[in-house]
Amino acid sequence: MGILEVKNVNKNFGGLKALSDVNLSVRENSVHAIIGPNGAGKSTLLNCLVGKLIPDTGSVMFDGQSVLGRKPYEINQMGISRVFQTPEIFGDLTVLENMMIPIFARRDGAFRMHAYESVARERGILEQAEHVLEDMKMADKRHMHAASMSRGDKRRLEIGMCLSQEPRLLLLDEPTAGMARADTNNTIDLLKQIKEERDITIAIIEHDMHVVFSLADRITVLAQGTPLVEDDPQNIKGNPKVREAYLGESA
Amino acid sequence: MLGLNKKDTTLLLVVAVLTLFAPFILNPFPTDSAMAQFNAGYPDLMQRFIIFGIFAIGFNILFGLTGYLSFGHAAFLGVGSYSAVWIFKLFTYNVIPAITLSVVIAAIFSLIIGFVSLRRSGIYFSILTLAFAQMSFALAYSVLSNPKFNLTNGETGLQVYADDPQWFHRDSLPDLPHLFGLSMNSTYTLDVGAWRFDFNAGYYLCAVILMIVFFLAIRIFRSPFGMMLRAVKSNQQRMNYTGLNTRPYTLAAFVISGMYAGLAGGLMAAMDPLAGAERMQWTASGEVVLMAILGGAGTLIGPVLGAGFIKYFENIFSKINDTVLHSWFSFLPDGIEDFMVFIVHPFIGKGWHLTLGLLFMLVVVFLPGGLVEGGQRIARLLKGKKKTPPSDGEDHHPKKPPHVAE
Repeated sequence: MGILEVKNVNKNFGGLKALSDVNLSVRENSVHAIIGPNGAGKSTLLNCLVGKLIPDTGSVMFDGQSVLGRKPYEINQMGISRVFQTPEIFGDLTVLENMMIPIFARRDGAFRMHAYESVARERGILEQAEHVLEDMKMADKRHMHAASMSRGDKRRLEIGMCLSQEPRLLLLDEPTAGMARADTNNTIDLLKQIKEERDITIAIIEHDMHVVFSLADRITVLAQGTPLVEDDPQNIKGNPKVREAYLGESA
Repeated sequence: MLGLNKKDTTLLLVVAVLTLFAPFILNPFPTDSAMAQFNAGYPDLMQRFIIFGIFAIGFNILFGLTGYLSFGHAAFLGVGSYSAVWIFKLFTYNVIPAITLSVVIAAIFSLIIGFVSLRRSGIYFSILTLAFAQMSFALAYSVLSNPKFNLTNGETGLQVYADDPQWFHRDSLPDLPHLFGLSMNSTYTLDVGAWRFDFNAGYYLCAVILMIVFFLAIRIFRSPFGMMLRAVKSNQQRMNYTGLNTRPYTLAAFVISGMYAGLAGGLMAAMDPLAGAERMQWTASGEVVLMAILGGAGTLIGPVLGAGFIKYFENIFSKINDTVLHSWFSFLPDGIEDFMVFIVHPFIGKGWHLTLGLLFMLVVVFLPGGLVEGGQRIARLLKGKKKTPPSDGEDHHPKKPPHVAE
């Protein structure tokens, strides 16, 4: 029994079958990669996990509880954090403030009317935020405007914001898309480090095979909305079905 | 001091000094001089500076922090005024219950309107608030003013009549709004040489309230709640996926700013006990938007500056007429004098809107951060001569887009 169990999920957009009978089981404390060609339904599947979309049929269970019908912020509070394809951070705020917000969210819940207290007096939260920034090797950037950083740094910040909430499941949507090689390698190293140091489950959607094979313990290949195979990385490489899905029949 | 850091304390003290000494600061010209018409230190106008300052501070808590542009805040101001006048009519001329009720009623109104309007964001939110404000205006102007049920007294405006009950009114008390017997109208005039300074009780009540609500605004800006509001403006998507529910945050900001508007409306009625529907019209809502943007949305002091700026123009420029112009240009030969008057004429008197429009345009184009940015640039120029500019890459930051676009 995995920490995340997706059973018989179907999702149609009008006449288009985006997902049909998707089954997926993510084991606790593993890195599970979901790969597949464009239009395979990877992002649709991810959106069904975080509450942005609701599947037409089927179930999504996280740690024995259904996530269906919950709002994104409620799912986050169950212990699922999401990293977006293009880094979603608070661009107008400083890096330190960016890091404080998820820590506030974890302490105070979805809403708290703390309009008279002062941020500067929140010693505990400040310390935690500084600590995560040091972990992310971003302490020197703490007073920078988040929007002014490089893409690699924004990604690093976003991952740090997710980790500061100590989630049980981290979902990454093409974390290295559009990145320079050096930034990609940095991100891989960061994720490897996270995997080794923390009790955390990671589900990752990725195009870049270099990233997938450096990180994944388990791989699911999606094609045209259906899982083709689920196997260990070494078996995926030689699988003829996977080659066919990616390169077409002639290959 | 009071839980503020050094910079904010200084700001609060500056505002305190400016408001307390406004009767001097705004009356720099001797009473009989030609420049006396630029004096703004008479009670009526000073009260308006402060009241619209409060209105703009509140508006800025919503617009400056969350980026939600409301075009209906005048409705809360109007509701506040009506509530206050009803207290005057039914119970007492004491301003404390009147102002309290205006804030409470405005809070209830903004809770309802905000709850519906905040289901949408961006332009749709603005249109919804505008629609609500226009509905309120229509209700006040005609619907709620008929012989059977006259809540607003329609076109004439709600005012206190001699046959109103005023249950707690006693003959010993002034027959005008008062604070425990101190009439809001009472003014002490100080003559110093050619100068004349007016110290008005109503003005000082407004000034004290302004200082309190300005202090509260600073606390909100520096609080975790204020940080969450700025996060709403920056990226709602990230907030939702960070376990935060943005709706109650925006609604709370909306209600707080509605209460500020209600307070302003209540004070307006306390200074002059009548309330008219035109206070709720969309032009009045637009005016507070201009104040916030002109002064600098999202800054603490900006909206107050913007409010003062606009009210000064409205009251001072509109009073200049052709006779005044002729006297200014009388040193020129006749033909040129008439020509100059002809050129300047459209910008004064009833044309003050034109001058304001031009200034607004210049500020938005050249100072997207409003008057506050102008002040910062001047300060930087003055400092730059002494110090070398910082080289830590601060200047590479992309410029924030003007808030109007949101």
